[in-house]
Amino acid sequence: MSAREIYVGGQEWGEVVRPAGGDETLIVNMGPQHPSTHGVLRLVMELDGETVVACTPVIGYLHTGIEKNTEVRNWTQGVTFVTRADYLSPFFNELAYCLSVEKLLGIEAPLRAQAIRVLMCELQRISSHLVWLATGGMELGALSMMLYGFREREKLLDIFENITGLRMNHAYIRPGGLIQDLPESAPDLITAFLDEFPARIDDYEDLLSDNPLWLERNTGVGILEADDAIALGVTGPMLRAAGVPHDLRKVQPYSGYEKYDFEIAVDEGADCAARYRVRMREMRESAKIARQALEMLPSGPVMVEDPKIAWPAQMSLGPDGQGNSIEYIRKIMGESMEALIHHFKLVTEGFKVPAGQVYVPVESPRGELGYHVVSAGESKPWRVHMRDPSFVNLQATPHLVTGGLIADAIASIASLDPVMGGVDR
Amino acid sequence: MNETLTELCAGLRESFPEHVGEPVVEFGETSVRVARERVLDVCRWLRDNGPFELLADLSGVDYLGIAPDEDRFMVAYHLYSFRRNERLRLRAFVPDGDERIESVATVWPSANWMEREVYDFFGIVFEGHPDLRRILMPDDWDGYPQRKDYPLGGTKVEFKGVMVPPPNVRRQPSSTTTGYPGRIS
Amino acid sequence: MGLEEKLPSGILLTSVSKFVNWARAGSLWPATFGLACCAIEMMATGAAHHDLARFGMEVFRASPRQADLMIVAGRVSQKMAPVLRQIYDQMPEPKWVLSMGVCASAGGMFNNYAIVQGVDQIVPVDAYVGGCPPRPEQLMDAILLIHEKIKGSDINARMPVADGR
Repeated sequence: MSAREIYVGGQEWGEVVRPAGGDETLIVNMGPQHPSTHGVLRLVMELDGETVVACTPVIGYLHTGIEKNTEVRNWTQGVTFVTRADYLSPFFNELAYCLSVEKLLGIEAPLRAQAIRVLMCELQRISSHLVWLATGGMELGALSMMLYGFREREKLLDIFENITGLRMNHAYIRPGGLIQDLPESAPDLITAFLDEFPARIDDYEDLLSDNPLWLERNTGVGILEADDAIALGVTGPMLRAAGVPHDLRKVQPYSGYEKYDFEIAVDEGADCAARYRVRMREMRESAKIARQALEMLPSGPVMVEDPKIAWPAQMSLGPDGQGNSIEYIRKIMGESMEALIHHFKLVTEGFKVPAGQVYVPVESPRGELGYHVVSAGESKPWRVHMRDPSFVNLQATPHLVTGGLIADAIASIASLDPVMGGVDR
Repeated sequence: MNETLTELCAGLRESFPEHVGEPVVEFGETSVRVARERVLDVCRWLRDNGPFELLADLSGVDYLGIAPDEDRFMVAYHLYSFRRNERLRLRAFVPDGDERIESVATVWPSANWMEREVYDFFGIVFEGHPDLRRILMPDDWDGYPQRKDYPLGGTKVEFKGVMVPPPNVRRQPSSTTTGYPGRIS
Repeated sequence: MGLEEKLPSGILLTSVSKFVNWARAGSLWPATFGLACCAIEMMATGAAHHDLARFGMEVFRASPRQADLMIVAGRVSQKMAPVLRQIYDQMPEPKWVLSMGVCASAGGMFNNYAIVQGVDQIVPVDAYVGGCPPRPEQLMDAILLIHEKIKGSDINARMPVADGR
């Protein structure tokens, strides 16, 4: 574009545009601080009127160096770092990381731990889809959807707080199992939530599914067909909305998913409305899986037996706050020298993981979340690389957005459901 | 490793006899080593004949100091085939000082951003990439952060009157590295 | 408001000053500067269960020109730092900054090359909230602290500006 001086002195827009050459495109920057871009995403769009001619996403505004941080901490501490990458679904980050560490160690978490992992992950999938629904609805104008979505999410966060102690970024799933067992009040809380949840989804579908405004804004918008999606590496609800029934929980099951009865949500539309339907169905299926996991919960330990790997602390609420339980302290200080040594080694240095590399994918709410973990035989990882689904799905943004209007760009990105923490890590 | 993958790897070795190594099965996963000069052709062969339609992940690893008889950097390609429901890992080693490798963005468009990320963090130049520039770090950033000789960059923090350095320079419990079993395969 | 420039200092009665401060605190509009996990907790604070609307703050203004309070919610990376400063500069006086979460207050658990170790290196901060992420109740407590700060401030004195004018 050659440099030209255009005097804008309050005249009619047409008079401004005509000497400038009416067929010039306008370059507009959207973000990184923007209410509708799902976090710090920057879109540099070239517009011809309101039609998007070209769109370049610029990312990296939330780059945290999580992968480098895991290389200087031990394997257990890595859980607290990776859980903050995709912050809307922290259990999935922890699960994929712990599964890869367990694969390298050659151990398997006990059955009860696996079932609780499935339960927590499915509840978190519901909460992540609720945030998608809430923010997507708000961006397209359905403001009440925001309040409804966060209302359900509060109930789920209460459940997570009851079990793990934190509302978000839990660090609950550890290599070898879980940090602690479900408290006694948890099953009732979860059952109460699952009992009223299907009625709530019915409410949301009544509000949106047949709403002509919602359908107008979402049908035919942001089309991504199956072959384009696969070539671009897109997985998750975006791929399933294009007609490909690919869900890692069915195709390459992990953590006991083969025991549960559920269906993959598939739709043929390949547009935003199809992705909406897929995610609504996924919420229902997740509620089904959570209920089955709760009913079929096996008894037993939640951490692997090997004292060289199992996180030693048993926490309990004492007179001076939360800390190690009295029985455990009596055991390590008075009774077993070996337990004391294991506790000391695990807490200061951590366990050593045999050398090698693995790639473990799980099905996160956004797609295939994979961890490529390389170990050099030490007590710290050598390299942890997160294949984050949002990062790969966001590559498809120009495909979805070019040729449409700016308002459709908002709808397309909302249906992509990117979480910038995962994109930038 | 099951039969379909065995057959496939055998077919791959026939087509590229000097550039593809013996498949290694470790932790239930199959890895094949590829010479970096023919990475593009091997990937194209795998996409067409696998068929490995999905490039799940493209990541870089820096083996500085622990695998002295190998090239320093490794680029790992994780492929997935929908039809066979199989995964395969390709490993291509890139030497220090000559960090170049062919880009596979023409084979799988999903490699575009993934290769930009490996370039951003390791400095490996992907030849033939349509738009190779930094993706996560600021455009004018100096250095390649994920390399092992790039410091963590933390600041000292004061705790109760004592300045505690960042974790990578603190006193560590001693541990011996068993060394990465660098398989020449 | 511009009141301070119009009249010479000292003339405004304290009751007017109290009224102005009450009005400012009662409808303090936050600017959306949600970056990471803390942003989700900020949205949850604005949602129905922990209601920010009872403090007059449910309108999160997208444009910094219409906002009074910038809640820096989340980790600020090196690439985002100039953007943060620009948004802060675009906010008109009087303005306040709340640093939400340990990442914004002090770099958090990410003591590395990528994260600014505390936004007070870039913008002047009025209140810090600890937590990773802080609970909505903690955020509301900090917001109420800022309300107290506003109510106790003297509008005859010029609002302190970052470059010391």
